[in-house]
Amino acid sequence: MEKEKKIFKWREYQKEIADDHYFYVRSCIRQNFFPGSETAFLNILRNDLKKDVFDDPNHTTCTGIGYHTDIVPIETTMTVIARQFALMTEAGYENLAVSCVTSFGLYSEILDIWHHFPDVLAKVRENLYKATGRKFEIPKNLAHTSDIIYKFRNEIAEKGKYRLINSSTGQPLKVVEHIGCHYSKMFPEKGVGGAEFPKVLSGMIESWGGNVIDYPERRHCCGFGFRQYVVQANRGYSVSNSKKKFDSMEPYNPDFIVANCPGCTMFLDKWQYTIAELDGKTYGENGQGIPVLTYEEMAGLILGYDPWDLGMQMHQVQVEPLLDKLGIKYDPQLKYKGKNNIDLGQPYKPDYSYAK
Amino acid sequence: MQNKTVAIIGGGIAGMQAASVLNRMNYNILLIEKKDKLGGHVGEWTYLFPTLRPAIEVSSNIIKEIKDKKIDIKLNTLVKNIEKDKKNFRIILSDESTITADAVLLSTGFDLFDASIKEEYGYGIYKNVITQADLEKIFAKPTKISNPCGKIPSRIGFVHCVGSRDEKSGNLYCSKLCCVTAVKQAIELKKHLPESEIFCFYMDMRMGGPLYEELYLEAQLKYGIHFIRGRVSEASEKIDNSVQLKVEDTLTGRPLKMTVDMLVLMAGMVMSETGKQLVKSANIKLSESGFIATQDMHIKNNLSSMPGIFVAGTINSPMSISETLADAKSAAFEIIKYLEESN
Repeated sequence: MEKEKKIFKWREYQKEIADDHYFYVRSCIRQNFFPGSETAFLNILRNDLKKDVFDDPNHTTCTGIGYHTDIVPIETTMTVIARQFALMTEAGYENLAVSCVTSFGLYSEILDIWHHFPDVLAKVRENLYKATGRKFEIPKNLAHTSDIIYKFRNEIAEKGKYRLINSSTGQPLKVVEHIGCHYSKMFPEKGVGGAEFPKVLSGMIESWGGNVIDYPERRHCCGFGFRQYVVQANRGYSVSNSKKKFDSMEPYNPDFIVANCPGCTMFLDKWQYTIAELDGKTYGENGQGIPVLTYEEMAGLILGYDPWDLGMQMHQVQVEPLLDKLGIKYDPQLKYKGKNNIDLGQPYKPDYSYAK
Repeated sequence: MQNKTVAIIGGGIAGMQAASVLNRMNYNILLIEKKDKLGGHVGEWTYLFPTLRPAIEVSSNIIKEIKDKKIDIKLNTLVKNIEKDKKNFRIILSDESTITADAVLLSTGFDLFDASIKEEYGYGIYKNVITQADLEKIFAKPTKISNPCGKIPSRIGFVHCVGSRDEKSGNLYCSKLCCVTAVKQAIELKKHLPESEIFCFYMDMRMGGPLYEELYLEAQLKYGIHFIRGRVSEASEKIDNSVQLKVEDTLTGRPLKMTVDMLVLMAGMVMSETGKQLVKSANIKLSESGFIATQDMHIKNNLSSMPGIFVAGTINSPMSISETLADAKSAAFEIIKYLEESN
């Protein structure tokens, strides 16, 4: 009898995610726009889940933004990534935990190239050795950091102080999840649940008591798209993509949006302000926007972290209405106080009273 | 009576047709059917392409041919195992009884491809995404046509090649009857709902049968059904349960977005699960497509890799009703030849 073909439903697909001992590589832009998220990830992994994560100060950009805007040639990108792997190897780690979805996609792409073209890998090894004297091993496990939070979602739920429940009504919060395109659209097998219905964020939401909104433009790109945003003349295209998503999710009255990609989280948050300025259109309750969270912020809130320690005061769309819904206590006076109690200064509050 | 027994597994039109021929040649026939009635898939259809005649006319005609004949029919019975015992076959049934046959005909037919595997189309996820088999059940109801949410659909989409000609589904072959089925069903819908708009999204229109092309022309000229060359990339549900489609129109080279009240997926034919189990127990070879690998696709196309076990109908490959009936007669002839030569 011939071997039976393995056909399966992607949304039931579970990728392999390492259990412990991660070498952490950061995002270039998250630390500016959502500055508490990566720290929250490290704190959750190390303090709440008692996992070993190594955060090497010598690691660099993966070159993703430069690569996708045709500034950095692929040979350079491959050598930079090889150096990251060399740092991981030298530190005695085998599992790479990647904070950025662009980086995650790029690591996946480069590993795929090396798999299919071993001669290219040999050349990269030679180039890295000549340039730095370093050698490297291919990671045994490559996971996006949202994969790791997904893996431990039930442990987080058990330790959690809050659930994604409206504390006034007792009803589950309605959550829009947005998955970065480079998470699994290029390599479905690299993402939990594949490309059509990735489970990585919806699994967290469901485990923590929320309801996932399945809206028509769920899979549509946030609009970042590198060339759309980085080339200033194309930014209208970028914002129009985000607007398409907001228009599509609006009838479902989402309580908040959560994303796993630095660019997506940033644009879904900040373009709401732009659209309000351009069109006088807001999508949330009471003329406000829809709060946009990173998955570490969502996990941190569940675990009872202080929202200002999570960096949520840096959001464009203010999060207090969401915190109130969740029943999370916070001190408004501390919102713009730094750790050393120095006043960070307050942003201007948008005034849409002129809008039609 | 020839004093030889042929076990026919599968009581669809192929099994019944072969039973009729072999009975006429005075062989003992044991017809085994897993369901509580004969007729197979044809029994679940309302009207047939290309003539739109009632399906019952065909199935009842064949049932009439074997009715009142000395054919032992076992309904609600599964075959658990087939073993070759020297020249005979020992067949163990689900009621634990064992029968002995001199030859076996496998006519277990096809299953519809599980459309929920193509999750980008939302079958099993969104209420108003159905398959052609589900649509036949809607046709069979005496009430006015409505989508599964109870709305009379004003715009309906058909997606061709769901699980056929699709490497991602593991099925490279063409199921060859979905195109004409979509045309037939679109016409039927248009007859029920003349005001509706119907769009068929196809890769190629494969109308390779008598009167198929004429039906396709009629669908366009008389019924105004739209045929758009291009694959649906994504179906998603809107808040009112209508289905939003994203499609590439490959003739105009433009993306297209539209909303339909009902989306019908033309799921392809795959080897039946029942057939797979039988094949495994009898150690019979399968082809790359997952259907039976016959001894020679041109001159021994009813002979499985196991001498004495024959195949007929869509266990072999996708076939129309006419082709299935002809194939069943051909299989019956091969069985007669085998039994005569083994005397």
